[in-house]
Amino acid sequence: MNIYEQITGNNRATRIIVSVFILFFLFIGFGFDYYYGVGLRAPIFTVIALLFGLVSSYAGWRYGDKLILSSTHARELDLNDPKQKQWQNVVEEMSIASNMALPKTYIIDDPDPNAFATGRSPEISSIVVTRGLLEVLNRDEQQAVAAHEMSHIRNFDIRIMLMIAVLVGSIALISDWARRGLFRGERRSSRRDSGSGAAVLIILAIWLATVILAPLLSQIMAMFVSRRREYLADASGAELTRNPLALASALEKIDSRAEPTRSINQGSAHLCICDPKGRPIGVREGRLADLFATHPPINRRIEALKQMAYVA
Amino acid sequence: MLIWLVVAVLVLLGLWVIAAYNGLISLKNQALNGWKQIDVQLKRRHDLIPNLVETVKGVMKFEQTTLTQVIEARNKAISAQSIADKAAQENVLTGALRQLFALVENYPNLKSNENVSKLQEELVSTENRIGFARQFYNDIATKFNITQQTFPVNMIATMLGFKPADLFEVTDAAEKEAPKVDLNLK
Repeated sequence: MNIYEQITGNNRATRIIVSVFILFFLFIGFGFDYYYGVGLRAPIFTVIALLFGLVSSYAGWRYGDKLILSSTHARELDLNDPKQKQWQNVVEEMSIASNMALPKTYIIDDPDPNAFATGRSPEISSIVVTRGLLEVLNRDEQQAVAAHEMSHIRNFDIRIMLMIAVLVGSIALISDWARRGLFRGERRSSRRDSGSGAAVLIILAIWLATVILAPLLSQIMAMFVSRRREYLADASGAELTRNPLALASALEKIDSRAEPTRSINQGSAHLCICDPKGRPIGVREGRLADLFATHPPINRRIEALKQMAYVA
Repeated sequence: MLIWLVVAVLVLLGLWVIAAYNGLISLKNQALNGWKQIDVQLKRRHDLIPNLVETVKGVMKFEQTTLTQVIEARNKAISAQSIADKAAQENVLTGALRQLFALVENYPNLKSNENVSKLQEELVSTENRIGFARQFYNDIATKFNITQQTFPVNMIATMLGFKPADLFEVTDAAEKEAPKVDLNLK
């Protein structure tokens, strides 16, 4: 897989995800109309849900990166601080190496080393680091991290990840709301059509299952799509710096200090260079653990990088 | 019948020449753009050097030769014209700067000076920028050269007036051996 295939694939996947998301809302709205909307003339819930889906997709596309930046309390760099100035330089160097527009740079005041990129296109993008990353890594390792994030930007990983972050968030919101409506709200017992009982039950069952399982499924989806691209970003990052070992040692350092990055919440976990939840990722193996991981095991990534440098 | 076959072949040939020509033009312009990027970074380095020399010369008055070397190398690099000449002069400048920074290590009060460390970071970054701009240029230039030298494009490339692009090569032996070691300050 090369980066052009990755870009095409990402853009296709983004469209599919957004469509599925809007369809999902249609489905939920439809269910509400079927269940509660008796006596109403118009399919009011369907229309509301569709509007909600469209508006949140557009808002996510347009303002999602700002939302993520403010939810992680990211601030712009202070260039009078030598460490932050150095990081700014490192990012500028990588934008030269990749011949891409310079992303905006932000910092999070968190002692745990981590970094992520967000934005909707290479022209409108941001790279965020924690203070811990600047303290723990040396210049070469920081460069490797910047190159890794630059690759996410170039491959349009940031766009799909942004949409997933925003959409997962709003699915969780809406299905919370729907569940509350289902289990606490007053139910109208009079069915619109009592004739086709079995069919109605099946549809209802599917609908209930969707509403209840939605947050879980969307989470798994978010995790699944983000893992493969880490390897690619590692590889194309190493192509920019021509120094795969620097990224390997950066990952080792980040992993050895795997405490929770508190300022990065669940919704943006899949954006980060390393799993911010503080689980020792390198240790977990096996299918089930893999299914719930947002990132591939770090020792496999390090192994792959070392092979690039012919030392493994 | 035969005449149509000939016409078809000629048309296909013409289309292929157009495609090959456009491809080469695109690569050539990318390479030119890459070269401009190197130029921008070289200029950045030229602008930083007087500042650096000004800051350290009070303390380093016993290293006058090195300081003069740096200034001279800078002036020569600015006036260099051709790509090959430029590459050579810039490499001399890189060597002179490296020597200067090795000497700075001997002056603890310089090392701890905030201005000096700021300038040092700027120069380290500039060296890297030059390196990365060079890497990007060389990659594109190599692609351009490969495209025009491989069969069958090589049959028309010279006819269409394309010449292989010069690569920006590192000639300094020391630089090849130990890239950015003494400049890498944490």
